[in-house]
Amino acid sequence: MFATFADAVILLGSLDPAVIATAWLSLRVSLAAVGVGCLIAIPLGALIGVARFPGRQAAIVVLNALMGLPAVVVGLLVYLTFSRSGPLGFLGLLFTPGVMIVAQTVLITPLIAALTRQIVEDADAEFGEQLRSLRLRPLQRVGALIFNVRFSLVVAVLAAFGRAIAEVGAVLVVGGNIAGFTRTMTTAISLETQKGDLPLALALGIALMAIVLLVNAFAAGIREFAARRHG
Amino acid sequence: MAEPTLLPISIEGVSFVAGGRRVLDGVAALIATPGITAIIGANGAGKSVLLRLIDGLIAPHAGAIRFGGRDSATVRRGFVFQTTALLRASVARNVALALAPLALARAERARRVDTALFRVGLASRAQDSARRLSGGERQRLGLARAWVIEPELLLLDEPTASLDPGATEEVERLVRAMADAGAKVIIVSHNLAQVARLAEDVLVLSRGRVVEHGSVQQVLRHPADAETRAYLQGELPWMPHAAGS
Amino acid sequence: MDAPRRWILSALVALLPTLQAFAQMSITVASTTSTEQSGLFDHLLPAFTTATGIAVKIVALGTGQALDIARRGDADVVFVHDEPAEEKFVADGFGVKRVEVMFNDFVLIGPKADPAKAAGVDVLEALRRIATGKATFVSRGDRSGTHAAELRYWKQARVDLAATRSDWYREIGQGMGPALNIASASDAYVLADRGTWLAFKNRGALDILVEGDALLLNQYGVILVNPQRHAHVKAEAGQVFIDWLVSQAGQRTIADYKIGGRQLFFPNAAPTITAPASPRPAG
Repeated sequence: MFATFADAVILLGSLDPAVIATAWLSLRVSLAAVGVGCLIAIPLGALIGVARFPGRQAAIVVLNALMGLPAVVVGLLVYLTFSRSGPLGFLGLLFTPGVMIVAQTVLITPLIAALTRQIVEDADAEFGEQLRSLRLRPLQRVGALIFNVRFSLVVAVLAAFGRAIAEVGAVLVVGGNIAGFTRTMTTAISLETQKGDLPLALALGIALMAIVLLVNAFAAGIREFAARRHG
Repeated sequence: MAEPTLLPISIEGVSFVAGGRRVLDGVAALIATPGITAIIGANGAGKSVLLRLIDGLIAPHAGAIRFGGRDSATVRRGFVFQTTALLRASVARNVALALAPLALARAERARRVDTALFRVGLASRAQDSARRLSGGERQRLGLARAWVIEPELLLLDEPTASLDPGATEEVERLVRAMADAGAKVIIVSHNLAQVARLAEDVLVLSRGRVVEHGSVQQVLRHPADAETRAYLQGELPWMPHAAGS
Repeated sequence: MDAPRRWILSALVALLPTLQAFAQMSITVASTTSTEQSGLFDHLLPAFTTATGIAVKIVALGTGQALDIARRGDADVVFVHDEPAEEKFVADGFGVKRVEVMFNDFVLIGPKADPAKAAGVDVLEALRRIATGKATFVSRGDRSGTHAAELRYWKQARVDLAATRSDWYREIGQGMGPALNIASASDAYVLADRGTWLAFKNRGALDILVEGDALLLNQYGVILVNPQRHAHVKAEAGQVFIDWLVSQAGQRTIADYKIGGRQLFFPNAAPTITAPASPRPAG
């Protein structure tokens, strides 16, 4: 085990351009998925958190359950949708980074929405009455709540990013693990493990974790900066 | 500020049910005097609920509340809570929040916020993080939020309950100033000394009903109602038994 | 740049490669994991792209899955090694014509200690001894060409797996790499293609026990997905690929691929008269 680890560290030092390209693909697919996911999920989650409508409880249960969607299942459903024999096949997006973004977006949107819902609902319980006393319009109220819980939301978004960049089931099925085109860090690790090249697989794994660490550090830095400005 | 044409505030047969319990049961009162009216009573009497009904935060299950000849929706109201909720933002931003529904130009908004902060004595803290305010400063921010919309009706729900005497005095001074400027003030308070200091007019609630309504002199010194007497004695046990009455 | 704009920009940047891909002509070829893991494509495809300007995207799955996605029209060409399945694919109208390209061979891998005494005999006898001795055997169980071949050998050896199977026969439902990994970890026997074995690095105590048996030949075929079934299939470029594979240039490139000095794949396409012209996309 130690020997494998040592080999891995040595490999990392060489910074192979193929590895860098693979890492860059992982990063931009997952970041794009998080971006689109936030645009959909944060307003959705916030709305369910503050609004009262028939079937709200059921919606919350379903949303929470969807957090546990297995990545392979998402991959399979997205594959069937974008397959040439499927409803969106005419777009020709299968086996491209574009469909990988779609799959990861589907995977993490429920996660962001469910967490946002709980966070905003708790904030509404704390602030909601006073915001209503200010006669804010519903959209203004939700906006003020989201603004107030933005740091908790960042953590939720980071959780979603982690889930996206670490998954292999969805991108493997919809991307096809095509060398130099749709091969991400996780699918490459999977492939190298299967081929028995464990030092390389481990090196890729360490590189992936380093990337995730960097993203989290970056987010923490932004938080520090914002906190110092406004508290 | 405009003359309070929202008077008299007429509370007509108002009932409110919560958790299966009649919190307010056929409450009727006429608040006709300008200045400061206090609502007092034991816990659970329904004071906070009545205040929120007057504010329009909640709607009565029976009865209505009228404001002179005015349409209730046009009355500008400010509400100060026992603990003012603060956004994770600057003091100025927190006050500006109250102006959001008015869609003012940025310059006008800034002007009003500055004026309000100046009046409550928080002008020097405008850009500070609101979370760093002390309890008293926090409540003054709550007042600034109300002042910035130039309310005709100011409602306060135990605004100084968690403050020390010094901070309490500052808040009371500001409430007085707002009443002098023309706002009708209704304050819920357990602090009878405060009521004696501030109010002209006192409404006593007990178990969801109005049991007494009169000038502060009359209610505190010579309460007509037995429940009022019991409450006052509970709050101020060192006061001599109110003479017979 | 505030957060929402930053996200939108990232999404657009991520889509760029998709747009780039349209600039260069490319085809999607569904093939098998064992072929890819042998490293053949890394050697073969650059030569093809240089010769024709057409890029090839390999989606590597088990033979069964590769034919499935081709049936759905998600690939332009299939390149697998399971003759019965390939013939059915063409007969059902999903493929135009099956063309033989090359063969390699299977080898029976097992622990050097060889408890079932499988070494040195023909493959059918070896399998019989493994079954009798209940020695641990790892099967891919994934409808791949290798799996199909394995099942054929058991049948020819007259071993009834359903009757005798207990926990010595382990079906893992995965590719050649995981099968070898598991066999290595459990000192088990496994049927592998020589290519994957030669490229495999995690051998443990395993080695080749049976090879060279005529039965162990593994034939590869390439089929163009039927454009009458799926109109969008890049039939022209796909045909260029097939023509190149069976051409002298292609066959020589296949033969040139070696690991540790050993040739892995043996070209055996029917001879063509001339090398086909290779169209270059305009611009």
